[in-house]
Order: sequence, then C-alpha cells, then structure tokens
Amino acid sequence: MRFMVMTYGDEQSESGAPPSPEMMQQMGQFMAEAAAAGVMIMSEGLAPSVAGARINFDPAGKATVTDGPFAEAKELIAGFAILEVSSKEEAIEHSKRFAQIAGAHRVDVRAMMEIPGQ
Amino acid sequence: MTPGEGVDRVTRAGIGAIWRIESPRLVARLTRLLGDLATAEDVAQDTFATAIGRWTTDGVPDNPGGWLWHTGRQRAIDVIRRRDLQHDRYATLANTTLAEPDMDILIDEHDIGDDLLGLVFMTCHPILSPGARVALTLRSVGGLTTTEIARAFLTPEATIAQRIVRAKRALTDADVRFEHPGRVQRSARLPAVMEVIYLIFNEGHAATAGEQWIRTDLCADGMRLGRVLTTLVSDNSEVWALLALMELQASRLQARTGPNGEAILLGDQDRGRWDRILIDHAMKAMGRSEELCEDAGPYLLQAQIAACHARAASIEVTDWTMIAGLYETMSRVAPSPIVELNRAVALGRAFGPAVGLGLADQLLDVVSMQQSHLLAAVRGDLLENLGRFAQARQEYERAASLTANDTERVVLQAHAARCATNEPQ
Repeated sequence: MRFMVMTYGDEQSESGAPPSPEMMQQMGQFMAEAAAAGVMIMSEGLAPSVAGARINFDPAGKATVTDGPFAEAKELIAGFAILEVSSKEEAIEHSKRFAQIAGAHRVDVRAMMEIPGQ
Repeated sequence: MTPGEGVDRVTRAGIGAIWRIESPRLVARLTRLLGDLATAEDVAQDTFATAIGRWTTDGVPDNPGGWLWHTGRQRAIDVIRRRDLQHDRYATLANTTLAEPDMDILIDEHDIGDDLLGLVFMTCHPILSPGARVALTLRSVGGLTTTEIARAFLTPEATIAQRIVRAKRALTDADVRFEHPGRVQRSARLPAVMEVIYLIFNEGHAATAGEQWIRTDLCADGMRLGRVLTTLVSDNSEVWALLALMELQASRLQARTGPNGEAILLGDQDRGRWDRILIDHAMKAMGRSEELCEDAGPYLLQAQIAACHARAASIEVTDWTMIAGLYETMSRVAPSPIVELNRAVALGRAFGPAVGLGLADQLLDVVSMQQSHLLAAVRGDLLENLGRFAQARQEYERAASLTANDTERVVLQAHAARCATNEPQ
C-alpha cells in the first residue's frame, strides 16, 4: 500500500532561509531510518510559496492566477514523501516519528489510489 | 479533559505496525546480545507481550523502539544471568573462578546496521533449506507474523510455524552463533542473502502454480528487504542492482493482468499503467549499482535489460540490439539455458525471427529445456512470425500443456487458436 505523507509549512519554511543545522541533522536521521525500514520510495521538499502561484477558477471557468507568497504558511504543503507500507497504521507510525523528529505541527497521511482491476 | 483522554490509545493494528517496524531491530540486537536467534525471538515475543499489556492501558510511549529495547535488554540480561548461574554451578564443582557476564556486549552503541546484517546472515544461513531461509527471513528480518507469511504463501499457518521452529532449531543444533559480519564474510555470504530476497520477490511475481498469476504482497516484501539491504551494504553494486531489478519488474505488475485476471504479456501491455514512481526509484538504484561496479554482475545485467523495456514506449521501439548484447554478456557471466532462450527472443526481435529460431533450436537438445513450456512458447512465437503457422500452433499447444500456471495456459491456447485460423486449409 502506498501513502503520501505531507508536511505543512511555517514561517521558517516560508522565509526561504535554509533550515538550521539541527533541523538538517534531524531530517537526515529520519530519512536514514525510513530508508533503513525499506519504506521510502520518494521524498521531495517544496520551495517557499513565493516561487509558486495559485490558480482560481470562477463558476464560468475563468482562471485568475495569483503569484505567491500566500498568507497561511501553516496551510501550505512544505514537503512530501511516498511510503510503501503494509498498512495504514504503519504509515501513521512512520509519520509520527517523522513529525516528532521534524517538530511538525501537522502531518497528513493520505492513501494513494490503487488502480482498480487488480 | 478527563485523565487518559489525551492518551494515544493503541489498537491491534497499531501494535501490528509497531511490531513490523521494531521487531527486526529488536531481534537483531537481542541476537547479538544472546548469541542465538531462538532465544532472542523468545525474548522479543515476551517483550512485545508486556508492551501490549502496558500500552493498552497507558498508551504508546513516544519512543516505542527505545522502550522495547530497554525492556528486552533487561530480560536478555536476566536470561544471561540464569545461564551463567547454571554454568557457575558446574564451575564451582570444578573449582574454577566465576566469570562476570561480558558487559561489553551490553553497550548500546553498536551499529544497528551490523546487528541487522548479522541477523540476515543467520536467517539466510547455508545449512537451512531455501524454504526455511525464506520463512525465517520474512519473519525475523521482514517483521512479518507467521499468519502473514502463511497467507502470502497460501499455506496453512501451522506449516509455516513448524518450518520456522525447525529452522531455528537447526541453527541452534549447528551452533550457529551471531557474528558481526566482517568484510570477507560479507562478500562470501551476500549472494545467499540476495538469492533469498529474490526468491521471495519471485514467489510473488510469477506464482508458479495455481490460478494466481501475481501475489503482490510477496513482491512488496521482497522489495522492502531489498531496500533494507541497500542501507546495510550500501557499497555493493549487486545489492543495488537486485533492488533495481525487482522494482523494474514490479513496475509492470498492474499492467500484467487484465480485468478478468488474465495474463497480459509484455508486448501487449498498456505501458501507461507501468508504475513510474517505482521505475524512477529503480533507475536511481541502478545508477548507484553502475557507479559501484567494475564488471557488471548478473543482477545488474538483468536490471539493465529490464531498464531497456522501461525506457521504451512500445515493444517495437525497444532497443533489442542492446538487450541481445546484454544477454550475450549474461551468457558469459552466468550461463544458463534460460539466458540463451531470452537471447534468442532478443535476437529474433533485433535481427529477425530466423536468427532467433536458429539459437532457440539449439536448445532443443538441452535436457532441462525439453519439458519447459518456455522454449515451446518462444519457438511458437518465432515460427508464427516466420509464417510457419502449423508448426507454431503445435508449439503453442505443447507449451500450454506444459505450463503449471492456469492464466498462462489460457494465453498460450489463444495463441494456438490464432495460428490455426492462419493455417492454409
């Protein structure tokens, strides 16, 4: 089973300043642990929202593009990992550890769609 | 908030997840401490039983792994003390001095990776039968329960339980003790470990008998063990290549079966259904393998062949010349009739069916190939492409009668029927 684990940003991640050495060290520790468990198949970090944009559509389907940054840092996805695990509980357990190490205020654990017909 | 409301109450499934994550490390460390796997497993089981009791009332601690190790180690020390006491009775009789338990081995600072690798070398020990190695590795290193292993192999739980008990007893009887793997031991023992992992994967990838074409759980377990091994032995080209090979093969699993469970062969697969995330991960693993290798080993060559398919948008635009070349190297590094057969397929695609058939026909004299459905199926394909439909039909029918796999038989019979319609009346 595959899960996408998403972490959310804060002022620090939105500021574009590089993470502190402690943070880097902690992340490295988690990455090593997740790799050692054989569950991580992808992980990426996202740049601050100032580098991106948001597109809203009105009911008529007309697009409005707004450049970043966006106000709500804590609502913005800052990074994600894809875990291949044997159960949702296992994904949760790994994500908890990640959140503890990274000091994340919230982590979303989402099951990825499996192609039907299997 | 009432007391306990904020407690992270543990569910059965939650405990299962913690077992899956923590038990390999716990068992590995306990095995290093106690020397033998059977006792270590017993202590780990006991520790977990205690944990379940405690956690269901108090909630799971922040660091369940630390808690388990702390508790498990204490139990292990008790076991060692009891053992020593027993030993001391004889020692006193023999009027010798008593030895303190070797406190050095109690220090936590050992590299957990080395502990795990030492454990893998035990569960893949050459004195064990392949079936025993597979079951024991899945259990002790993979963290699967006996129930899960039995389900994966469609085998009664009692059979698997017995296999594991026997395997542990065999290790004890042969006095196989935990050793920290040295460099020499690594290179000597790694091939057996890779073989066990690939065996697990293949059990899922190509179910040899019965109706099920693919058992994906075993594929996932094999890949997971493969990933773990890359972290334990990150400087070995073949270890990375094995992972890449499994992931590339697994990337096609979804596309290998039709809506009614029927098998779809490589050429007919919807490549849009290939798993790009796995392919991406595999390509990186293969890159590592290539960086580390001097001469490509058999797993790397197979991964490179699989990568040729992963890169190609269709069977027609596949680089068959390169594949034929890789099989030629394979036939020198790890010669086998199956390699020759695959080389025949690649040659047929690269240089025409007559060239492929020339090599395939040479295999008719090889005893092990005479009852193989694979040779018959390949010859059927090459003959069909040459327009020799009557012979092609015979070969397909022969292949259908030889295969043990039900879905494969259906595919082969369909090919035979297709040839029959093309035969001159």
